Amino acid sequence: MINFPAALGTVASAPGLNADISYFPTREQYVAVVQACRDEGFEMCVDLCGVDYLTHPGRELPEGVVGERFEVVVNLLSLSQRRRVRVRVQANADRPEVDSLFSLYPGTEAMEREAFDLYGVLFTGHPDLSRILMPEDWEGHPLRKDYGLGRVPVQFKQTPGPR
Amino acid sequence: MTDTFRTVERSDTLTVETSEGAQELRQREFTANEELNREVGAVLRLDGRVLSSDSIDVERQDDETMIINMGPSHPSTHGVLRLMLELDGEVVLRTKSVIGYLHTGMEKTGEELSYVQGGTNVTRMDYLSPVNNEISYCLAVEKLLGIEVPERATWIRMMMGELNRISSHLVWMATNGMDLGSTSMMIYGLRERELVLAFFEKVAGLRLNLNYVRPGGVAADLPDGWHDDVQVICDTIEARTYEYDQLLTGQAIFRNRMEGVAPITAEEALALGVTGPLLRSTGVPWDLRRTMPYLAYDQVDFDVIVGTYGDNFDRYSIRLNEIRESVKIVRQCLDMMPRGDYRTQDSKVTPPPRARIDESMEALIHHFKLFTEGFHVPIGEVYSAIESPRGELGCYIVSDGGPKPYRIHVRAPSFVNLQAVPLLMRGGLMSDTITVISTVDPVMGEVDR
Repeated sequence: MINFPAALGTVASAPGLNADISYFPTREQYVAVVQACRDEGFEMCVDLCGVDYLTHPGRELPEGVVGERFEVVVNLLSLSQRRRVRVRVQANADRPEVDSLFSLYPGTEAMEREAFDLYGVLFTGHPDLSRILMPEDWEGHPLRKDYGLGRVPVQFKQTPGPR
Repeated sequence: MTDTFRTVERSDTLTVETSEGAQELRQREFTANEELNREVGAVLRLDGRVLSSDSIDVERQDDETMIINMGPSHPSTHGVLRLMLELDGEVVLRTKSVIGYLHTGMEKTGEELSYVQGGTNVTRMDYLSPVNNEISYCLAVEKLLGIEVPERATWIRMMMGELNRISSHLVWMATNGMDLGSTSMMIYGLRERELVLAFFEKVAGLRLNLNYVRPGGVAADLPDGWHDDVQVICDTIEARTYEYDQLLTGQAIFRNRMEGVAPITAEEALALGVTGPLLRSTGVPWDLRRTMPYLAYDQVDFDVIVGTYGDNFDRYSIRLNEIRESVKIVRQCLDMMPRGDYRTQDSKVTPPPRARIDESMEALIHHFKLFTEGFHVPIGEVYSAIESPRGELGCYIVSDGGPKPYRIHVRAPSFVNLQAVPLLMRGGLMSDTITVISTVDPVMGEVDR
């Protein structure tokens, strides 16, 4: 367990499958919680990704955490203590917006851009929040659950094709 | 007159057509300090301190520099990586990598494939180390399912993973040699890799995207005579690594272009989340095989290779020596390979043998369910990470209890490592950009996914 500063209040947590703990800070606590983790010796932010819980609202959450549509999942790694911790912060469906971790971990720059690109999560304080994987003029955020799949019509091999 | 007019019009449309919009490297005057700082690679200066234009140690004006575009189809960008470079003469000031040319939405595709089919998807991400992708994916699925795989499957996975690391590093040696003008290294590296690929074909039926590691074990047991095949691979490749030493390590031109070029410090690497040989070259002994062991890596003996200066040459020697260490691990796998089953006998996960389908109704049902619907995975989420040849390869899976992953995210090491490129390029020469891309070793299939 990580000792968070008393000013933060209580931070909800739940044990994970791989002996790693998940913390569920509110959006206001988010950066302070990650900062506390970094001070505790989590030197590296290995991963940051978005999840869209539109069609799976009944996920397991600790008491007191209200699940919203989007979630930003941050995986932190401590090289000195050889352990991992996960921070999961909820983001609103209408305007998903969380603070950027860029000032704490500069390596989250590309990952936050990816989460923005694919889920439309806005990261306040990010230096250059632009699309990274999709073309610049792309409309919509393709990994959202209400974003349709692209399909290419395939004809049967037997059908005589246009010559 | 009309000609001039047409030319102007033409160049206008060309600008529009080739513009990348906001992904473009903007001129200094249009770039915010924070972004500029990031692009010049001032990683640690961001640490809680206020940014100002004074902290950017560049006095150059826009009209003294030139922004040029390298890629996306450039032979030394190892795929379709595009770099925007700001140059002052021969010196690189700012670099911005533009990616996404190979984006095929594999994470979206992964949500549409069942857990049984998922292996065919992840194996295509990092196409130089498919087995490692599959291992990472299968470890995550097995963790969610809460099943144990037989010991032999674990050891087969480990051996195949190490052979794959050898082949991946050999491709790196080959292309790195090619980038530096040593075409013979290109031929030698790919020649040795062919040994490994031929063995893969014998084992799994395919050379590249194997889909050999499956949730619950591996697809098939090792073929007859595998012991001798692997022995030959180990002996040949180990001997050949000393030939590479003669060819490259001591060569003056090679060393001049590698030594002291593009250094990175441990603090910068940690701040950027860089892993793999790039992190180890700075002297941080971080190798998940040793520090957070998975599979059976806690039972084999090998060394974690670390560098000192974090320069290109360190990254080269780490990879060369990691081939030798992998050979060492494969040799131990040969001696210690346990007998037994190569996949779990949990019939909800493992398809029944072909012969059983004809005689058992239950086997037929299991077979049918497995290949139409797939198996259901309990609700939960898991992150599992392994050490791929390029660094920490993580797989984050969210399950909603159905037969398909609700969300599958792959933490691609190349994607994160690529962020170190602006830092490594800074202040270097134009011709060094090629060695920098080469030693960072991004695989674009994995970067773009």
